[in-house]
Amino acid sequence: MQFGIFSVSDITRDPVSGETPSEAERIDAIVQIALKAEEVGLDVFAIGEHHNPPFFSSAPTTLLAYLAAATRTLILSTATTLITTNDPVRIAEEYAMLQHLAKGRMDLMLGRGNTAPVYPWFGRDIGQGLPLALESYNLLHRLWREDVVDWQGKFRTPLQGFTSVPRPLDDVPPFVWHGSIRTPEIAEQAAYYGDGFFANNIFWPKEHYIRLIRFYRQRFEHYGHGSQQQAIVGLGGQAYIARNSQDAKRAFRPYFDEAPVYGHGPSLEDFAELTPLSVGSPAEVIDKTLTFREHFGDYQRQLFLIDHAGLPLTTVLDQLDLLGGEVVPVLRKETEARRDPQAPDGPTHASRVRAKYGDLAPRQPRPNANRGDNVTGGSPYSDTAADLSAQYPEL
Amino acid sequence: MTSPVTAVPLKLAVVSAGTSDPSSTRLLAGRAAGRAAALLSGNGRTVATDVVELREISADITAALVTQLVKPGLRQAMTILGEADGIIASTPVYKAGPSGLFTSFIDVLDNDLLIAKPVVLAATAGTARHALVVDDQMRAMFAYLRALTVPTSLFAAPQDWGDPALTERIDRAAFELALLMESGFARQVRDQSWQSYQHEYGSAGGTQTSIELDTDLMRLATGGSAWRPPAN
Repeated sequence: MQFGIFSVSDITRDPVSGETPSEAERIDAIVQIALKAEEVGLDVFAIGEHHNPPFFSSAPTTLLAYLAAATRTLILSTATTLITTNDPVRIAEEYAMLQHLAKGRMDLMLGRGNTAPVYPWFGRDIGQGLPLALESYNLLHRLWREDVVDWQGKFRTPLQGFTSVPRPLDDVPPFVWHGSIRTPEIAEQAAYYGDGFFANNIFWPKEHYIRLIRFYRQRFEHYGHGSQQQAIVGLGGQAYIARNSQDAKRAFRPYFDEAPVYGHGPSLEDFAELTPLSVGSPAEVIDKTLTFREHFGDYQRQLFLIDHAGLPLTTVLDQLDLLGGEVVPVLRKETEARRDPQAPDGPTHASRVRAKYGDLAPRQPRPNANRGDNVTGGSPYSDTAADLSAQYPEL
Repeated sequence: MTSPVTAVPLKLAVVSAGTSDPSSTRLLAGRAAGRAAALLSGNGRTVATDVVELREISADITAALVTQLVKPGLRQAMTILGEADGIIASTPVYKAGPSGLFTSFIDVLDNDLLIAKPVVLAATAGTARHALVVDDQMRAMFAYLRALTVPTSLFAAPQDWGDPALTERIDRAAFELALLMESGFARQVRDQSWQSYQHEYGSAGGTQTSIELDTDLMRLATGGSAWRPPAN
């Protein structure tokens, strides 16, 4: 099982100091947070995508590529990459490039995005958000698996004889998580392709997505990717940890009370009781996190939200010391002890290469020499069967 | 002789946004509920009445409005409305519209929670100048929710409490409500035509969790595109 953190990239005023970090300070901070995550033994760092203030992360692959160079073991991911307002062709290109630079230490999570004006800013219709997301992923899935793609869709200009470059590392596409808590179609798509399914697990009632995750597992099995226990499930969650319960509540309360999403509403105690939020000692956070498995079954990835709501960098780094030093080691041990033997490990590039090639050498696509284009012949790559050719529309 | 249908106990829900105790808003709703229950009992039907006092869950309503967190008090109110065969909704009028507490409560309900349910609309105010709020605003709000509002609206300004005509209107509205509840209209619409209304996964107060596989979107989830060739 993989443990890590995910950030929405908000730049929020620290309600205790009254200071709001500059974009430059917050971007520097997120790099330190990611490096610290690796240092304390976490497996995953994931960053959100936004196109409006007060968020900074509009270009996740740029940040993640920098982090890839500065880390050695951390899996770099997103939470989420917008499958609606990004052109799937650009997603295919950018994330394949990231995959090469990170030597496979990456994956991505797709989501629709819920900031209404972003759709028109990028020329999209939020009313068509779901079909747009489904169609865009169908194309993205092909772009990473077929050297030459012909495509006619409703939402982007057609493609004839298009090759997305670079081809995925070792010709093994990046692993994809589909993030959703209330859309059966997204669960169906994740199941159909044998991809991962991620529930952000910030708000409950959990009953809705307990059912959605069960549906995903059933459909994963239906489509022949393995048993229900072998489906790949990820969960979010949020925690604030201190040595003892009282200190945790005292320190986190002012941030909770003014948090952008749930501040000025329910009390910290109510929210912690009714949602996955845990605020307390390492033992309390461990106990609550272990209940997730009871609700959702064995799962492969647990991400915590720890750097939001204006928490200063020093606090976040202290949180990481506690999370990596005291909470996650126990969670690893306990989840391992309880795990169904059928439940798979979290996906990695290495495991996916092994699944595809066994002991054989992975494919390394080499373009044909000096062709100048990829539309006048069968294939742009020297190892592709000669009879594979692009289908052109009839005039 | 009781048929299987008439043997089913009926549930009546009263929603009051009155803020004082005692409250004339609650009193108006309560009188209508009492009349409706008496009419139904007279016809041999068992009626259970649940009262949702919005004042008691005002913090839950605010929390849901600003954070989407549904606390247990609000969850219970949603369950009561979701299970009701008939509803009496009553609000004070302060500023030429239903009170903010009342509209906030309606705002956090799922759009499909009240489909086809018969509803008596009621309002109280400090002056008769607010008399059209029920017909002009509340009726439109419940039309959006696709509820079945009864023809008679209830409105009471202070002087109405001394006027027998108020009791006549209460009797009339209660009769209309009782008739619609007895007819089983809401249950039949929901049993036989529920899927013809638009629903989101998890809506209808959390009860809408069936997943339809035979849809265009579900097919689109399994490859291909939403593009269709133009018809000749």
